[in-house]
Amino acid sequence: MRYIEPHAHMVSRVTDDYRDMLAAGCVAVCEPAFWAGFDRSSPAGFFDYFAQLTDYEPRRAAKFGLPHYCWLCINPKESEDVTLAREVVALIPQFLGRENVLGIGEIGLNKNSRNELRVLEMHVDLAARHEQLILVHTPHLEDKHKGTRLILDVLRSDQRIRPERCIIDHVEEHTVKIVLDAGFWAGMTLYPESKCTAARAVDMIEHYGSERLWMNSACDWGVSVPLAVPYAALEMRRRGHNPDAVEQMVYRNPLIFLRQCPKFLPSYEADAKHAVA
Amino acid sequence: MNRQQLLDLYFLEARAKLIDLAAFLDRVERAEGEADFRLAALMDALKDLRREDGCRAENILLRLSDPTVEPIPAATTKAACGAWPGK
Repeated sequence: MRYIEPHAHMVSRVTDDYRDMLAAGCVAVCEPAFWAGFDRSSPAGFFDYFAQLTDYEPRRAAKFGLPHYCWLCINPKESEDVTLAREVVALIPQFLGRENVLGIGEIGLNKNSRNELRVLEMHVDLAARHEQLILVHTPHLEDKHKGTRLILDVLRSDQRIRPERCIIDHVEEHTVKIVLDAGFWAGMTLYPESKCTAARAVDMIEHYGSERLWMNSACDWGVSVPLAVPYAALEMRRRGHNPDAVEQMVYRNPLIFLRQCPKFLPSYEADAKHAVA
Repeated sequence: MNRQQLLDLYFLEARAKLIDLAAFLDRVERAEGEADFRLAALMDALKDLRREDGCRAENILLRLSDPTVEPIPAATTKAACGAWPGK
């Protein structure tokens, strides 16, 4: 089995995780910018983080032959300070040309505040001006449904944004339909304690079909499982889905979306390209 | 999969989760002090388990969600607690 991990925060994982993911069939890993667990004190902290995502982390992954891609932003948890956010957003364009940058993400909302919305609009404008893909984080738990609706309103109100170039992540049973019906991609995050389990993800696949859906681990420094995607693939097999249907969900779907960025190249294609060169 | 196959696959896991939930409620009941809106929200959500419209998970998630539509003036915390306090 081969799979793409479309959402993993590898800077907070140990190197052994890269080895395990590769052994499980991972051919590419994508890392959205996120909250470090504490608020950074200045734009310089973000500059260093963006350098880590675009320089150091891809080299760490490359030691295991795994292509590493990333998304850049100031995350919603640090968006209450609009002045800081504006300065950080201004840093991002200089990184967009780097070879592993896929787009702007994971932007979105956390507590659904007015300032979070203003910063979301800044990011959407940035993505539109630079023709970037967008990866959106939806809020946690009781804030998710309201936040997802607010996010969809922002995206739909900007005529430059094409839904097929945006993925709305962390959907659950109460948000997946409104995202898909609006023409966006939807990501299901496989978490042990929140978001959704593998069994529930397979329920949603069976209910809504596999078009414009992907699964990710979103593994980070919290309780999370770096191999959640291959485990969900096993759950699909237990539920009677054939290998082609599994590959559609864990490999071809993320490939379809991510290939909209011409820089995206899974490992076997990168190997073939280097062999020809 | 048919119902029999799904029961074979998931019944024991669902049974264990149900007993875990019951034990949690017993544990909270035995403890001293006042509960808060989270316990009331959980008890309220349990009603949806008896629905037969195939939307139990969706309805429980909605029941635990903030139903308002306007952005809040400012975020005073980063964390979510899993139930809407109703204010």
